[in-house]
Amino acid sequence: MQSKPSAAPSRAGTGRAKAMLRDDRRAAFWFLLPSFLGLAVFLLLPLAASLALSFTNWQLIGQSKFVGWRNYVNLLTIDPSFWQILRNTFHFTIEYLVLNIVISLTMAVWISNLRWGKRFFRLIFFLPTFTPLIGSAIVWLLIFTPGGFADWFFSALHLPIPNLLTSPDLAIQAIVIVSLWSGFGYNLLLFGAALEAIPSTYLDAAAIDGASSWQRFWRIKLPLISPTLFFGTVMTAITSLQVFDQVYALTRGGPGSATATLGFSIYRTGFAAYKMGYASAIAWVLFVIIMALTILQLRVQRRWVHYDL
Amino acid sequence: MTSETLGRSQGQRTGSFLLHAGMVLAALAFLFPFFWMVTNAIRPNAEVLAVPPQLLPSDWQWSNFVYAWLYLPFGRFFLNSIIVAGGITILTLAVSSMAAYAFARLRFPFSGSLFVVYLATLMVPQAVIVIPLFLMMSWLGWMNSFQGLILPMAFSTFGTFMLRQYFLQIPKELEEAAMIEGCSRLTIFLRIILPLSRPMLGLLALFTFTGQWNSFLWPLIIVNGPEYSTIPLGLTLFQSQQGVQWNYMMAGSTISMLPGILLTLALQRYIFSGIAMGSGFGGR
Repeated sequence: MQSKPSAAPSRAGTGRAKAMLRDDRRAAFWFLLPSFLGLAVFLLLPLAASLALSFTNWQLIGQSKFVGWRNYVNLLTIDPSFWQILRNTFHFTIEYLVLNIVISLTMAVWISNLRWGKRFFRLIFFLPTFTPLIGSAIVWLLIFTPGGFADWFFSALHLPIPNLLTSPDLAIQAIVIVSLWSGFGYNLLLFGAALEAIPSTYLDAAAIDGASSWQRFWRIKLPLISPTLFFGTVMTAITSLQVFDQVYALTRGGPGSATATLGFSIYRTGFAAYKMGYASAIAWVLFVIIMALTILQLRVQRRWVHYDL
Repeated sequence: MTSETLGRSQGQRTGSFLLHAGMVLAALAFLFPFFWMVTNAIRPNAEVLAVPPQLLPSDWQWSNFVYAWLYLPFGRFFLNSIIVAGGITILTLAVSSMAAYAFARLRFPFSGSLFVVYLATLMVPQAVIVIPLFLMMSWLGWMNSFQGLILPMAFSTFGTFMLRQYFLQIPKELEEAAMIEGCSRLTIFLRIILPLSRPMLGLLALFTFTGQWNSFLWPLIIVNGPEYSTIPLGLTLFQSQQGVQWNYMMAGSTISMLPGILLTLALQRYIFSGIAMGSGFGGR
């Protein structure tokens, strides 16, 4: 008596389940269609095309033909500017990355130790984050321009610092400063949130055991926020490898090629010299570097999945 | 004993005071470029590079904002930026929420591998695809057009990934109840899933809009001249005009930064919670 009503729905249930599965497939097709079409046309196709272009001497005008590995061979062996561009990119990325992480972490710890104004100070340093980099870069251009505020400031302090923008050795420092000013507030917020998430019982227990605040930072806080720290570091590295806006607004790669980075050089080669095949080869060098970083991140992160906070 | 604890607490108080005072100084130094931007926007151009620099303008010419606005078609840039950033945001929300629903709830063949493909596209830097995209746009005749500015940027899979995570947290029972009543997947998506995901959709909209408002490389490549310039591109047009009008440039920078700053101030709690999720929202 009791089994009959339960048997009937279950048989109807399997029929319904099959129908649902079929409906699911049909629904999935329509739900995915717009994004898949967009992705295929505006991302996958250009990606494949860019790889193909990198093996040609494609230019806007004139005949284009397949040249095999020649672009890559030229880049690595003949082109004297490429090594400088690669060096500039790594110089910028490493210096910016180290300074960004050190400053944002120091400030995050500093702010988390304040009694009042935590949110207020985080907000101040975050202000440039949602504004155009071009806007910030133009403000700093005025500060750094020959005869501008920075020149006056350095000479008032009797510092023997030449004008940053016109000095081949120091121009990249101007790019670093602008990037730091407009970028570190994001990591500050990210690390600040991770620090807030540490249970206060851990820190209290350590304090009772007599750990100094220095020890509490290195032994408790830093290990506990290390997954966030790592995530922030890799994300920042990936974006800074692509640096473009600041370079364009401040120096246009100059003086000479002193601040030409991979991102800028793709633009200059492709859209000023119209050597689109060669520019595509540079683009793929950038892509391979970023791919390697991403894979490294995934590898290391997998080890951290079971890391419990 | 008591004097020792008293001494320590007094030491702590001075320490705390120094921490705060130092932070106030750091914040003031940090804000200097904003101060320099606004004070130079409203001074006569001849005074911008005065030696020694004058902190405050001799004459507060707020009218410079009007002149900057008219010197280049800034109203047009502003409108273009709103159309482009707004268009990309709306498209991104629609397209990625649909895809996210399929990945979160629907069973279909190869869903796992397809999702990996979606994720992998996040790794592709814009600089790698701009050259073929540029050729595609010129072939389509989409140079200097809104569709050229909007469509290629509207299919980032980042939103799909974020929204899928969010949809997965919505209890399935809600949908099952609706299905028993005979609702279609589309109805469930529109009437149940989307309304429940408002906070996440809002966050995605905010980060997409500001990101696109600030975007520079793509407009630089496919736009020529002021008609379709967005604000960041318009700012660089000041640089190429004859004789640098620093005060107008600073006024332009101020205008370009204002929406982002106002949004940050108005929605700080919301933005901070989005970043605290450690999702890579707007990562720099």
